[in-house]
Amino acid sequence: MKMNVLEKILANSSSKREVVAGEIVEANIDCAMVNEITGHLTIKYLEELGAERVWDPEKIVMVLDHTIPAANVEAAELHKIMRRFAKAHNIRFFYDVGFGGIAHQVMVEKGHVVPGNVIVGADSHTCTYGALGAFATGIGSTEMAAVFVRGKLWFKVPKVIRINVKGNFREYVTAKDLFLNIASMLGENGANYRGLEFRGPTISDMSISERMTLCNMAIEVGAKTGIVEADDKTLAYLKGRVNKSFQIIKGDNDNSYEHSLEIDVTSLQPLIACPSSVANVKPVSEVEGVEVDQVFIGSCTNGRLEDLRIVAKILEGKRVKSGTRLVIVPASQEVYLEALKEGLIETFIASGAIVANPTCGACYGGHIGVLASDEVCVSTTNRNFIGRMGSPKSKVYLASPATAAASAIEGKIKDPTTLRWSS
Amino acid sequence: MKFSGKIIKCGDNINTDLIIPGKYLTLTDLQEMAKHAMEGIDPSFTRRGKDSIIVAGDNFGCGSSREQAPLALKYAGVKCVIAKSFARIFYRNAINIGLPVVECETIYDKVEEGDKIEVDLVSGSITVLDKNIDVKAQPLPKFMLDILREGGLLNLLKKQTGK
Ligand code: SF4
Repeated sequence: MKMNVLEKILANSSSKREVVAGEIVEANIDCAMVNEITGHLTIKYLEELGAERVWDPEKIVMVLDHTIPAANVEAAELHKIMRRFAKAHNIRFFYDVGFGGIAHQVMVEKGHVVPGNVIVGADSHTCTYGALGAFATGIGSTEMAAVFVRGKLWFKVPKVIRINVKGNFREYVTAKDLFLNIASMLGENGANYRGLEFRGPTISDMSISERMTLCNMAIEVGAKTGIVEADDKTLAYLKGRVNKSFQIIKGDNDNSYEHSLEIDVTSLQPLIACPSSVANVKPVSEVEGVEVDQVFIGSCTNGRLEDLRIVAKILEGKRVKSGTRLVIVPASQEVYLEALKEGLIETFIASGAIVANPTCGACYGGHIGVLASDEVCVSTTNRNFIGRMGSPKSKVYLASPATAAASAIEGKIKDPTTLRWSS
Repeated sequence: MKFSGKIIKCGDNINTDLIIPGKYLTLTDLQEMAKHAMEGIDPSFTRRGKDSIIVAGDNFGCGSSREQAPLALKYAGVKCVIAKSFARIFYRNAINIGLPVVECETIYDKVEEGDKIEVDLVSGSITVLDKNIDVKAQPLPKFMLDILREGGLLNLLKKQTGK
């Protein structure tokens, strides 16, 4: 029987020769991640259960990332709960303040994700790890407590939508624009319960960073996960980062998909998701001129080195428009350090940007760049739900780092592909 | 396993940030958190939430994996959520924390805010009291009913491990 890559991974991890979409399997978990927002509940439940030991301390990763450093007493208490638990249970992979960054970035760059793995995280954007050919999905705190004890979890094998992408991007058109295009095609729940498999020549050409942007946003159309089959690029990325063994798993092909989308990015324009839905997508050129109070560049979607390089290229020698704030947050300490070494941070600060340490912060309306009522923000994050980044009366537009940077300079929403002819 | 309550109706794509905004996620007192349930769209919700049944459109609970979303509804007094469809993480979380969720396409257009309904999880039947309307939804599989009967996965695990 032919199986796609997600079916093969789930079959392997549940010791079955084959599985079909719709079937419920119990899979062995290769790695489980919690952050402080979800992890404190998991810890509380484990205590209620009287669980004395976790199934495998080496397979648990704990990351403090939502409020870094603690911005109030409540956040500090959550950090404390996490620290204590990590110590008590010998969790080696505990990334405290200063040692990690946003969990999804940390998981990938520190080698916790390898092809063929089944990974769960108590955070919806766990689907990001599909970029390295793993099956990864978000779960809640209670299930995570069960995983911490048993190391297994049930999954319904998802139907898979294949997204075939060809063509070369124009300059300043990126993976983010591609995903926004997909979101407008599928709608906010167009892939509910499904897996998304990205493939085709454009995906093969993409860096791991770009693949992460795509897989990260799979949840925004309801998908259980997104995945790109591992290839030479994956292996090159993993080299030096990973010391666990793994196997590359590839799908059999064709008939194991629910349906396919065919996309050619050759003529794709920069896109923007207008308030308050990821599927409310328009070409940036159509909403140009909307005044912007804040631009936020960062998050697990678009806070990586490649994103920051594009931003620096656009900001170089220019100034953020007065009246507009630009907040830039690298996704991890590693990204931060690299950006510093490359001189990107200097470019940002010289242009009038605020650069803050890695944290989820602004992305979920927590701290470092919370929006007031009626304020407009262009953000490189993944959600523009009402009230997501602050006041329920604020408005968030989701866009690529290039569009965000161009908009910061103009003080208005701006298509980056036409930037060089303006002003 | 039957629940009855007054309907609170909401539309499509009610996301987890609407159900409980991120800024409240540092709260550890769930009763306190429940006071902010749905406040972004319906400030009167916490007053009306007690003994209610939410009837929603498509994709209820989309967004984050925060279990605080179904918890906030449960602690606000919501008995059950019926939706045309659910986002998958919310659906699993709700079952796991003991908030009954029922998928039903047809009830939405037949009911109004404030109607009194009764939901039978085992048979999947939804009855609008006083209106003589009876709708069949998909009954929940046994293992989910087992979790709900105990009030959540944690209680079930406690029972199984004898704690
Ligand atoms: S950056 Fe935003 S989307 Fe990503 S994990 Fe943090 S809060 Fe969630």
